[in-house]
Amino acid sequence: MRKIKVRRKILIANEEYAAKNRAFLKDRKIPCLNVISSPGSGKTTLLAKTIETLRGKLSIGVIEGDIQTDIDAKRIRKAGAPAHQINTDGACHLSAAQISYAFHKLPVDRLDLIFVENVGNLVCPSTFDLGETDKIAVLSVPEGDDKPAKYPMIFARAAAVLINKIDLLTATDFNIKKVKADISKLNKKTKIFLVSAKTGEGMEQWNKWLIELSNKAKGA
Amino acid sequence: MHEASIAQALIETISAEAKKQKGKPVAAKISCGAFSGVNDEALRFAFEAISERTVCKNTKLVIEQKPIQARCKKNGHIYVFDLHKPRCPKCRCEDFELLPDAPLLLEEITFEDK
Repeated sequence: MRKIKVRRKILIANEEYAAKNRAFLKDRKIPCLNVISSPGSGKTTLLAKTIETLRGKLSIGVIEGDIQTDIDAKRIRKAGAPAHQINTDGACHLSAAQISYAFHKLPVDRLDLIFVENVGNLVCPSTFDLGETDKIAVLSVPEGDDKPAKYPMIFARAAAVLINKIDLLTATDFNIKKVKADISKLNKKTKIFLVSAKTGEGMEQWNKWLIELSNKAKGA
Repeated sequence: MHEASIAQALIETISAEAKKQKGKPVAAKISCGAFSGVNDEALRFAFEAISERTVCKNTKLVIEQKPIQARCKKNGHIYVFDLHKPRCPKCRCEDFELLPDAPLLLEEITFEDK
């Protein structure tokens, strides 16, 4: 028997595409946010509301990832933004190569910000670097306040966490204080936003953060 | 089930190395950080299924899971992080920083003797 030391990253092929994507975005000064959550947390509603409330201020494009259908891309287009739908046909996450291709399906030259709405899943997508500027986690109130403790990987890596559906707080036992404490143990730098994409509550602070992100990318 | 994508990438890397070494890989050792969310059983299952018609058929997979570590900001002590007991075991403070998660690595391959 002979043993050979390899010490090579297993996902190197994905990381090479991610590096290309990062360079592509940097050249064009466009930030890109990889939005990760469970299915049903309200990612698409949140993006649609963001697009509507930032109309005239920020030009947004969206890459949608779902196992099947183009329901989400249609919802985004209805909200007034260009969208490209990726169907993963069973895969539980998006890969950097898919994003490289999708960039060319968006009018990137006139965009200030790109959202990637990943496949609804709190585990797998956080392992795959897409070359995004930052990862964003969305946690909705009905899912329960134990999610950061149970699925720490995404909360440890997210630049911002949106706690969505806060209009349902009074109907549940969701403990915001506990969630905030758990998240900040995993990630002291992350920014936490309390929002309701349905009622629009809290959207202002989130939108302000996005405008600052875009300005920073432009060097303004 | 991102283990399927990981198994696929792993098989490609081992196969390329096997071609270079002109040998049959009998075992491969990998390591992964806890935040990679790799389930050993799922990875073994995917690896076995995908490797069926490749040089990696019957290659034994050794998986080393590396825990998340924290560094105490007060005394520099490095310890295994537990969200429910995040205190430094030495000074009992909660002033810590999480160390970066270990990457998903193919560590070594064992080849059969020629």
